[in-house]
Amino acid sequence: MTSIPSESKPTLDSIEGGNTAWVEFGFAWGLRILALSAIAILLWMGWIIFNAALPAIKTFGLGFVTRQEWDVNQLQFGAKTYLYGTIVTSAIALLFAVPIGVIVAIVTSEKFLPGWLRSILGFLIELIASIPSVIIGFWGIFVLIPFMKPIQSALHQQLSWIPLFGTETFGPSLLVAGTILAVMILPTIAAISRDVMLAIPQDLRTASLSLGATRWEMITTVLIPASLSGIIGAIMLALGRALGETMAVTMVIGNSDQISLSLLDPGNTIPSILANQFPEALDELHIGALMYLALILFALTLIINMIANSIVKKFGLKQ
Amino acid sequence: MTLEQQLTKPLSLDRRIFSSFMSAIAVIFTGLALLPLLSVLFEILRQGLPNLKWEVFTNLPAPAGDTSVVGGFANAIQGTVLMVSIAALFSIPFGIAIAVYLSEIGKSGAIAQTVRFVLSILSAVPSIVVGVFAYAVIVLSTILGYRGFSALAGSFALAVIMLPIVVLSTEEALKLVPNHQRLASAALGANSMQTVFKIVLKAALPSITTGVLLAIARASGETAPLIFTALFSQSWVEQILNPTPSLSVMIYNYSSSAFPEQTQMAWTASLVLLGLVTITNLLSRLITRKR
Repeated sequence: MTSIPSESKPTLDSIEGGNTAWVEFGFAWGLRILALSAIAILLWMGWIIFNAALPAIKTFGLGFVTRQEWDVNQLQFGAKTYLYGTIVTSAIALLFAVPIGVIVAIVTSEKFLPGWLRSILGFLIELIASIPSVIIGFWGIFVLIPFMKPIQSALHQQLSWIPLFGTETFGPSLLVAGTILAVMILPTIAAISRDVMLAIPQDLRTASLSLGATRWEMITTVLIPASLSGIIGAIMLALGRALGETMAVTMVIGNSDQISLSLLDPGNTIPSILANQFPEALDELHIGALMYLALILFALTLIINMIANSIVKKFGLKQ
Repeated sequence: MTLEQQLTKPLSLDRRIFSSFMSAIAVIFTGLALLPLLSVLFEILRQGLPNLKWEVFTNLPAPAGDTSVVGGFANAIQGTVLMVSIAALFSIPFGIAIAVYLSEIGKSGAIAQTVRFVLSILSAVPSIVVGVFAYAVIVLSTILGYRGFSALAGSFALAVIMLPIVVLSTEEALKLVPNHQRLASAALGANSMQTVFKIVLKAALPSITTGVLLAIARASGETAPLIFTALFSQSWVEQILNPTPSLSVMIYNYSSSAFPEQTQMAWTASLVLLGLVTITNLLSRLITRKR
């Protein structure tokens, strides 16, 4: 038995701890204010960009979205060309990356391969996500464009009656930009879909297999339907990335201000025009028009990410 | 058909074909997914390695077209390190403080939920939009009598990009600290500040480092927010209010150069940058794996 030495007997004063209450209070409020300032940063960002875009918003109004001309000398600006390029390249990216990404997610979440191989595979796919996009773009110029040029020519020769392949290519094009975007968003789709699939209870799989389903029947009739909303969340997060991706697209899309039905023609996207023109923008209205484009991109990605986040959150996953 | 026959009957042909067909597709698609990665790595090593000389890390870029001197990109490395450091100096303490609030004080309260939501949104804002923000805040306004492209503007953009990564990863790290350690600390009479600094942050330090390294790796590779905030320069970095070179912008600028030696330099710079980013990523993985 140990006894408490009498001299260390706690007094009321030392328990209440004089200034401790103030430390607690100040510490909590200090941190709370810092945390709230994170919200302030997002609002500040929206406000600053909106204000800088104001000259263009006043001049062109909402019609900016459907105006096509972009003439720096005449100070006539419209977003249509860039919106078109952004949407078309993102759509191509999803077309390629969704099936491949979902299958990679299946291969890495189900027991097709031994565990060590699955984790190496997962690591390699995630490695793609960590390559800086300027390097992917650089690779795009010197490897992907030469690789895709004969493919694009063949598409044109065989299928020129389809407007999508209606023109001869000279290398950089919407199709190449979409392909490079697919490479970049594939890890997002694969990683989040895999996490969603791993969150599906093992019992569901076992039950399906014990009823006599083959592994792929289990995957197509049980696993994919059960994780579908999560996969859609993953696709939307990837779409958010594709819309805002700048460097890789800018380097391979050809940066030509035209709206062409043909995917083999060069084009331009909102991030690309921002990257190309901001360093030289001088006139207030020109800067305003670029800011207006940035504001549209900001709003677009904000909405898509909010929806995606709320879907993915249901599975208890972090982004 | 007897029960025994039913049980031993092989699967019907179409079911077997479907299964093997899908497995074949899975293998092909997974290979297809890895192809770009392997191609990028191969090409960077093939084109970048031959020019990876010591001079690359000590010399300034050679004047365009001048092949008599060995050019380097020491100034770009200097600029990248400078801008990422300034951004880290701001975003790491700020980010960790917010994470402490989220995991220790706010928990699942309304403020904490909102802050978490806003940070996940902030992490998904395209980096070019963050660049536009930095451009409007710093490049277009007058700071200390100077107006224009600067390292400061670049660092500001990078800090905004790093912040959500630091907060969200630090919060995860703090959540892993067992609650009884906090209770033990409080029972010994520590106030919440002492508990946070002496117990919680100390215990979570390795995982926090992981998140910080990931944020640094991400920021080092960013290009879009730098091309019109920091711009570029061919000389040494002298002060943070001047246009400042960076590795990533250099790769972008040289990628469309008409001079083959500049293209070669861009490959070497890609090798260095990718090495930097990959080593940082691997390091962060190793730190958490040990635990």
